[in-house]
Amino acid sequence: MKRKLLFILPVLAAMVVALAMPVATAQDEPFSVAAVAPSATNDLAFSQSMFDALTAVQEEMGEDAFEFTFIEGQFNVDDAAATIRDWAASGDYDLIIAHGSQYGAALEEIAPEFPEIAFAWGTDVNTFGLDNVSAYEAASQEGGYINGFVAGGLTQTDVIGVIGPIEVGDAKLYVDGFKAGVAAYAEEEDKEITVNVNYIQSFSDVALAAEAAETHLSNDADILTGTAQMVVGAIGVAQERGDVYWFGTQSSQTEFGGEIVVMNQVYHWEVVLMEIIANMEEGVLGGESYKITLENGGLEMEINPDFAGFESEEDYETLQEAVQILIDGIVAGDIEVLPAEEE
Amino acid sequence: MFDELLTAGVFASAIRLATPYIYAAIGETFGQRSGVLNLGVDGIMLMGAFASFYAVYETNSLLLGILVALLVGALLGLFMAFISVTLQAEQGISGIGLYLFGLGMSELLFVKLLGTPRSVDGFPRVDIPLLSDLQFLGIGEIFFRHNLMVYLAFALVPISAYVLNYTTLGLNIRAVGQNPQAADAMGVSVARVRYFTVTLGGMFSGLAGASLSIALLKVFQQNLTAGKGFIAVALVYFGGWRPTWVLAGAMLFSFVNALQLQVKTVGIDIPSEFAVMAPYVLTIIALIFATKRREQPTALTKPFERGE
Repeated sequence: MKRKLLFILPVLAAMVVALAMPVATAQDEPFSVAAVAPSATNDLAFSQSMFDALTAVQEEMGEDAFEFTFIEGQFNVDDAAATIRDWAASGDYDLIIAHGSQYGAALEEIAPEFPEIAFAWGTDVNTFGLDNVSAYEAASQEGGYINGFVAGGLTQTDVIGVIGPIEVGDAKLYVDGFKAGVAAYAEEEDKEITVNVNYIQSFSDVALAAEAAETHLSNDADILTGTAQMVVGAIGVAQERGDVYWFGTQSSQTEFGGEIVVMNQVYHWEVVLMEIIANMEEGVLGGESYKITLENGGLEMEINPDFAGFESEEDYETLQEAVQILIDGIVAGDIEVLPAEEE
Repeated sequence: MFDELLTAGVFASAIRLATPYIYAAIGETFGQRSGVLNLGVDGIMLMGAFASFYAVYETNSLLLGILVALLVGALLGLFMAFISVTLQAEQGISGIGLYLFGLGMSELLFVKLLGTPRSVDGFPRVDIPLLSDLQFLGIGEIFFRHNLMVYLAFALVPISAYVLNYTTLGLNIRAVGQNPQAADAMGVSVARVRYFTVTLGGMFSGLAGASLSIALLKVFQQNLTAGKGFIAVALVYFGGWRPTWVLAGAMLFSFVNALQLQVKTVGIDIPSEFAVMAPYVLTIIALIFATKRREQPTALTKPFERGE
């Protein structure tokens, strides 16, 4: 009897293992993403746009199928590079995102050491010729053009102020698109509208951005726009004046700015993220460049229904129609926002 | 071209930009005159900025906002004094530590308590009757259309100069910074004077932060000061440890900053990188000459121990 038991026990053990195995393999690991960004997830601008996108992807795929880690406030590129390397070495993540053009050089160095891990970075188009690096960018000039066109129609003083951080990437594209939009409106109406642009050479100096806004106002601007996270200072200046309107970009700034905000160009990076994930499921880890545009839904023009300039619901609807015409024109290629070489 | 550049708006802008530097640098002047270098000014500014902002956000009381900024500044100043005077720690390193604490803690509190940038009804602009209407050279716009914290900052300069130069307290502070052994022999408590000046400096730094978050910007964002506390420390050297010259330095730096904004705004074709560099380059050049002109407190950064 004892002998029989000794024989049965290994058989039972083998059966238990065999029964357990399908259960283990049936529970797929969630798709895991780690992202690093220069500013805070609530900056109302660049970093928030990626955090919101990852949250949106998680909502769409479900928490069981998609999880992400987000490290914010990594202005220091060396610190960010160390974080990226640690993530890659851990092997815990399917995709590592370096959300900031300043991280490019670090990624170019790290990515070849981990060919099995997928990396993505932006805003840029350069994948460094690596098969595991994707690049992404925003066609922010498109929303910039629409914002500019509408701003041209709203200005009473015919002077508009723009506050930019550093003249690179999507900030430059947005500003260039905005200027082109104002110019297009001015040409159509045969007016002269001045757009004063002030790059303050900082992504974080809120006080300097506020003073740049004051400088625009003392030079007769009655419409302001700006890009990057330091613009909260400029929005505050516009808010205090009350009769100065604001056009936002990257994330929605309506909740913060209130009724002075006319409209925002909102980034939806989830469009790019879903494409990258889909390609990864087919075995493509990188080597491609992605772009969010009005056409693919990565850029959304969000009009503030509570904008102080609306006297009735009709005004809101009129602006919606006008914006839709501009979107259709850009998507159809009837409106050339910037000459091809500038984009 | 000069008409376009040297407008009343540019000078008014310089005055606004100078305000946080004046508070922080005047406070630091007291500390350094007594021999204590506090490199944690920026951290205290950040904590003062957040604390005052949050107080105003929750209560709508500007007075409470100021009191909270003073309290937070005093506590952190006291902490710095404890480290540098009682524990006699290396002042530069402990100041950097205090800065990093302020940077991290203000960010943590911001994320946990507010979550996202919000605005408050801070100090409104107060136009001084009659004077604010002066049109001659734009004097009304330049000097008399600011909020109360701007006026207070400028008022603190002559008061501080008077205290430092013409009172017994000022004499003790200078004696402790110049020759602590002699001051001690004369019956002046070196530790007490240094505790007082560093705590006072902390309170001024708290006000500097509040001047940003509840007066000039009316908003709080992570790292709101963007290193202004370090510029304030440099301005103390620039000003030769004298409040009036510290004011001159703050105004020069802020004026060039306001001018570079105007240069770019009116579209004068200068690379914006160069324009932004200008205030810093000018400050460094001026600093070279200024430090030759004045003697720094002999006991600056040196801990005092009786019987040395």
